[in-house]
Amino acid sequence: MDIKRVKDYIYWLYYQYLLITCSYVLEPWEQSMFHTITVTVFAMVVYTAYVFVPIHVRLAFEFFSQILGGQPESTV
Amino acid sequence: MANPSAVCNGHLHHHHHQKQNNLLKSGIYKKNGITKGLKKNGISNGTLYKKKFVEHFEQAPMYVAVFTFLGFGVGTVFGYLRDFMRAWGLEKRNVAAEREQQKDFVPLYQDFENFYTRNLYMRIRDNWNRPICSVPGPQFDLMERVTDDYNWTFRFTGRIIKNVINMGSYNYLGFAETDVNALKTVTVELQKYGTGICSTRQEMGTLDKHVELEKLVATFLGVEDAMVFGMGFATNSMNIPALVGKGCLILSDELNHTSLVLGARLSGATIRIFKHNNMQSLEKLLRDAIIYGQPRSRRAWRKIIILVEGIYSMEGSIVRLPEIVSLKKKYKAYLYLDEAHSIGAVGATGRGVVEYFGMSPDDVDVLMGTFTKSFGAAGGYIAGKKDLVDFLRTHSHSAVYATSMCPPVAEQIIRAMKCLMGLDGTTQGLQRVRQLGKNTRYFRRRLHEMGFIIYGNDDSPVVPLLLYMPGKIGAFARRMLEKNIGVVVVGFPATPITESRARFCVSAAHTREMLDTVLNALDELGDFLHLKYSRYSKSSHPELYEETRLELED
Repeated sequence: MDIKRVKDYIYWLYYQYLLITCSYVLEPWEQSMFHTITVTVFAMVVYTAYVFVPIHVRLAFEFFSQILGGQPESTV
Repeated sequence: MANPSAVCNGHLHHHHHQKQNNLLKSGIYKKNGITKGLKKNGISNGTLYKKKFVEHFEQAPMYVAVFTFLGFGVGTVFGYLRDFMRAWGLEKRNVAAEREQQKDFVPLYQDFENFYTRNLYMRIRDNWNRPICSVPGPQFDLMERVTDDYNWTFRFTGRIIKNVINMGSYNYLGFAETDVNALKTVTVELQKYGTGICSTRQEMGTLDKHVELEKLVATFLGVEDAMVFGMGFATNSMNIPALVGKGCLILSDELNHTSLVLGARLSGATIRIFKHNNMQSLEKLLRDAIIYGQPRSRRAWRKIIILVEGIYSMEGSIVRLPEIVSLKKKYKAYLYLDEAHSIGAVGATGRGVVEYFGMSPDDVDVLMGTFTKSFGAAGGYIAGKKDLVDFLRTHSHSAVYATSMCPPVAEQIIRAMKCLMGLDGTTQGLQRVRQLGKNTRYFRRRLHEMGFIIYGNDDSPVVPLLLYMPGKIGAFARRMLEKNIGVVVVGFPATPITESRARFCVSAAHTREMLDTVLNALDELGDFLHLKYSRYSKSSHPELYEETRLELED
């Protein structure tokens, strides 16, 4: 029974996505095109976040701790 | 205008509906969306309104507007893509086009203007113009139709979907019926007069039935005289030009019906629009009109006329008649009240908004209404002082040139009105009006409790339920039809672009079981489509709510 509930919930999420982006009204080939574009953009966003966000967060942390702490860490 | 009585009004509301009003307890000043109506009443509320006037125009959360625009954006992008494909011949063109020999002429069909119709409306077109094949009572039969090419053409399968619950017809009092006993007099008149009039009122089209009907309408409304016309739309659009002309000023509500707008434009008078049901805006316009006069010559306006409707059919709001009448008396303007949806539907005995507010019909200069909605017939009337109606009999285009109302229809109105007034010896009319009031209040209360955003006054039988996103319009209507309920959904040109809605018309002929069926279907569908945007509702199960309170107190 649990599998059915999970499947229903995932179908419901997919349906919400269709309604919100108004791809519910598109013809099937238009829907495929739209899904491809969306998934591609989403994948690119995820990849960029994965690659760049940790580095930027670390640099920002170092920058701010240098200002607040005032200790010369970078000369080592 | 400081509002001490606005708080007073909030308290009154709190006492009468204790279950419903946690929202109003915690400071009506914070919650602008729901209390817009209460706030603007101001000091006059205490003296002009005999009972509370509660309207709701809640705003949805911001993300809803964002998603709506996103949805329209996607639709537009794909619309451009399809137009491009059609222009370059990659796809067949289904719209009207000129013949080959006329390609070099001035274009007959302006392609760009129909962008919205072609690309967005066509995709969900199967939810409109559905042919029905029975009387539009509380239930009706629908002809099933399917489309093979995404709504460009339809074909009927031959099957008939029976007993679809009708939540879209303007059948407020349930007079659209085929019961033989009820229609006895109509049958007699049909056999006596036939159906055709074949003439205009001025020539040979005035029958004794019309005279009888006009006298009855005048008695019903409590005015001196009335005149009936064959078509409701034509009543507005053809009579306003007879009453005003160049050099007059028309102050018309923002959300007036097309017939009023058309009549106003045809008349040639200057038109100024005031914000919907907003008395400050109207007063400002009146003051400016009187102080500054006509635009260039600065002469006084020949006439100032205010055009309002009793119930606005897209919003479900009721006009603020007491305030408008006091304004009109102060600034000496005329009032034209279009009671198309409110005659028969509001008021203790069904006599419209004038009775609903406890006012006298002499306060309104021109009372207009239609017989299409509450009386199950067709046509319109204009009522008022005898001089006004006599003037219209000779000067109105509709009175002079249009074919008059046909006799069986006139008899249907006569029998419905007699039933309403109690002249046929039964209390059926009053029962219908009371049943409509009960149904309206029940339906609206349950929808508020479930968490939907509903617009309009608590007493209006027109209930707009907001859908917002364009994708949901089609999904909602189709799923409701699968559950055997017929609804009317409205989208962009008729409503603002972000506020598409489903409009329910409650009828006195709906039984409690039908309303419960519809409400349960709406509950399910509201969860499935995620339509319950209201931030001010209680949970959907009031019994459970009470129970947990008791348990905690234990």
